[in-house]
Amino acid sequence: MTRSFALKGPLYLLPIVLLTLVPLLVVLASFLNPQPEVWGHLREFVLPRVLLNTLWLVLGASCGVLLLGVPLAWLTAACEFPGRRWLSWALMLPLAMPAYVLAFVQVGLLDFTGPLQSLLRQWFGTSAWFPPIRSTGGVILVLTLSFYPYVYLLARNAFMTQGARAIEAAQMLGLTRWQAFWRVALPLARPWIAGGVMLALMETLADFGTVSVFNYDTFTTAIYKAWFALFNLPAAAQLASLLVMIVLVLAVLEQQQRGRRQYSSRMAAPQRIALRGWRGWFASAFASVVLLIAFVIPFIQLLLWAKGVWADDFDERYPGFIGRSLLLGLLAAGLLVVLALWLSFVQRRYKGMGVQLMGKLAVLGYAVPGTVLAVGVFIPVAWLDNVLLAWIRPLGFSGSELLKGSILVMLLALAARFLAVAFQPVDAAMQRITRNQEDAARSLGCNGRGLLLRLYVPLLRGGLFTAALMAFVDVMKEMPITLMTRPFGWNTLAVRVFEMTSEGMWDRAALPSLFIVLAGLLPVILLVRQTDGH
Amino acid sequence: MKTTALIVLALLAGTASAESVTVYSARNEQLIKPLFDAFTKETGVEVKLHSDKEGPLLERLKAEGSNTPADVLITVDAGNLWQASNMGLLRTIKSPALESNIPAHLRDPKGEWYGLSVRARTIMFNKTQVKADQLSTYADLADPKWKGKLCLRTSKKVYNQSLVATMIEELGEKKTEAIVRGWVANLATDVFADDTALIKAIAAGQCQVGIANTYYLGRILDKEKDYPVTVFWADQKGQGTHVNVSGAGVTRHAKNAAGAQKLIEWLSSDKAQFIYTDKDLEYPANPKIQPDSVIKSWGPFKQDTINVAKAGQLQAEATKLMDRAGYR
Repeated sequence: MTRSFALKGPLYLLPIVLLTLVPLLVVLASFLNPQPEVWGHLREFVLPRVLLNTLWLVLGASCGVLLLGVPLAWLTAACEFPGRRWLSWALMLPLAMPAYVLAFVQVGLLDFTGPLQSLLRQWFGTSAWFPPIRSTGGVILVLTLSFYPYVYLLARNAFMTQGARAIEAAQMLGLTRWQAFWRVALPLARPWIAGGVMLALMETLADFGTVSVFNYDTFTTAIYKAWFALFNLPAAAQLASLLVMIVLVLAVLEQQQRGRRQYSSRMAAPQRIALRGWRGWFASAFASVVLLIAFVIPFIQLLLWAKGVWADDFDERYPGFIGRSLLLGLLAAGLLVVLALWLSFVQRRYKGMGVQLMGKLAVLGYAVPGTVLAVGVFIPVAWLDNVLLAWIRPLGFSGSELLKGSILVMLLALAARFLAVAFQPVDAAMQRITRNQEDAARSLGCNGRGLLLRLYVPLLRGGLFTAALMAFVDVMKEMPITLMTRPFGWNTLAVRVFEMTSEGMWDRAALPSLFIVLAGLLPVILLVRQTDGH
Repeated sequence: MKTTALIVLALLAGTASAESVTVYSARNEQLIKPLFDAFTKETGVEVKLHSDKEGPLLERLKAEGSNTPADVLITVDAGNLWQASNMGLLRTIKSPALESNIPAHLRDPKGEWYGLSVRARTIMFNKTQVKADQLSTYADLADPKWKGKLCLRTSKKVYNQSLVATMIEELGEKKTEAIVRGWVANLATDVFADDTALIKAIAAGQCQVGIANTYYLGRILDKEKDYPVTVFWADQKGQGTHVNVSGAGVTRHAKNAAGAQKLIEWLSSDKAQFIYTDKDLEYPANPKIQPDSVIKSWGPFKQDTINVAKAGQLQAEATKLMDRAGYR
């Protein structure tokens, strides 16, 4: 390997990495400004509790999304049972439901004052035995129900594309179907499953909206406390940097675990395993219950609330909110898919530590609490604006915003946040392309860009499509970056949700939330149709 | 060439018309927009609104420096206005109208910001379980007789930080900490994420008393007349009930400072003050205006006249104290 080749990879990745790295470095720069007094307080009274809480949450949510996502993916991808066809796409629907909305609805329904416990008190005189929803278990439940679709979607993709041959071979070698699943299908799907869990884990760490509904103290709430209550932005930024480092270590560990194994395999039409009798019905019941709790019940609650405020709140601005949400989602998804492909392609072509590490850095934005990243983006952009304005003022320009009020900055900030979401499916799909295919293409004279456009893009179609739609849905739900970087008056549905929830008007927030869910439904349905298309 | 460049720049950035005021607001759109619309109708001055949480708004102002498009900053608590002033983001305005409309304890002593509506945080109780004469002060809720009967909202909310900050000022840190510990010991359930949930818990009998902002109860009463929860005005024999303000200041680098001042003065006028109480169910900052809505039934009350700026000054102290006392 020549020296120039070793440098080329990192060089190609630099623009993408900078997108995330600049805001992160702005945040990290806070380490130059030590805050011993605040840290003393945090160490004694805040951190022990939040570290333990965060650990529980990460462990609980990771296990939760695995336990829901993988079995559901296997059932719908490789088995046949009553209702399989519609459940396979319906199980994706919770992706369209913002986690903070799900949290609020579930707390509203299951807390002491909610309808369920009220009914129990009417019947039995007490509901004291009912497990409290505002608890560690409750938060884990809601996070699991919100984030399992990442694992479900990616694992399902893996199971559908790994084909039947490996399983058949295993069965011919004397393994039972159950053993074949554990020893062949599951290990072959590993990058996909790990990618999904990693997304759930990062989102759990960065989450503020959901845990606030539960008043559950995590590392992220500690960051907000240091910032908004103790008014110590450096201390908040220092906490955020620690969070980022933890995620980086986890990402590198996962990569090392995966090691040099290759996951390429050839597709063959999968032969579904028919689940007969009670097994089939059990599978339907399991999937239906998950769908009911994660989507149907909260959706009905949103409908009821929205019905109550529709007459007062729905006005001529809504088409604008919806249009801007869709436009933002589409533009960001397009940008993210291109960046994810670029990132994945460079990592495949150029091996080596530098490229690997940069790849990990590039997707870290997803683990940073949204507001922290938003400020990290805004500070350098505002600085650049100030410099540029100083140059062009003498030309007679009188405005006060150049870059910072533009959609471009908003898109770049969202790209920094959601690259992980787009990258995971693209990269997982990349693993399916065999060396042989690549060599064949090369021997036919395909190289560089030709290789990318004529071999990778067609073969990665499924992964790219998954990436676009996941990014689209996530961008529409996003709040802090949209709030901070949107141009004047550029209000989206998520901004509308913020306006209502900031004063605790959850029933009024139902209307814009409902539109977010509805707008998210279409791509979700498209997504599963597409993955079922094979 | 130069002209083309300028046109492109103007298109990129949008031209700010001379008669418009740009507002950064943490008070949400549906609460503030009706006021702005009325202002525009009356004066012809257009109001451009950018809403976000206080923290990001302050960071935004700081990062933008002299190039900020914002003329006015609006928050829903005095603490953040005090912070903005402390960071040098606001400018002093001299205004006889504001000085006569807004009582001294509801505005910045330096004249950098003015409270425009009063948010009273007081005791609420379940009428079927508690008699009003059993209640007296915030401190009394720490008494063991309320064990298992008290509901509180999270200490992360600025309203509680302000309440405890004024208690520190009036009672001293040691006594305040003992009271907060007493509250925590009396809790019926984990603290709530918002006041509405807390009030519902009192109504459902999960607890009997709690501390909340009155307009949250007002919104419920607006829809349900026979609600079992009502207001008790705390500390009427002592300092008076704790109040916070939602208020506004003119930014240091305002491009249209005169228009900004005009807007804030207008917000303190009788007409605007009436909208605050009538639509938003808060109390007018201007004492001449009488509330005329569901909140009238709670009667008049004595406000704590400690300057609301203290809440900002002692907010970090209050937060630390609550951490120490185990008030989450």
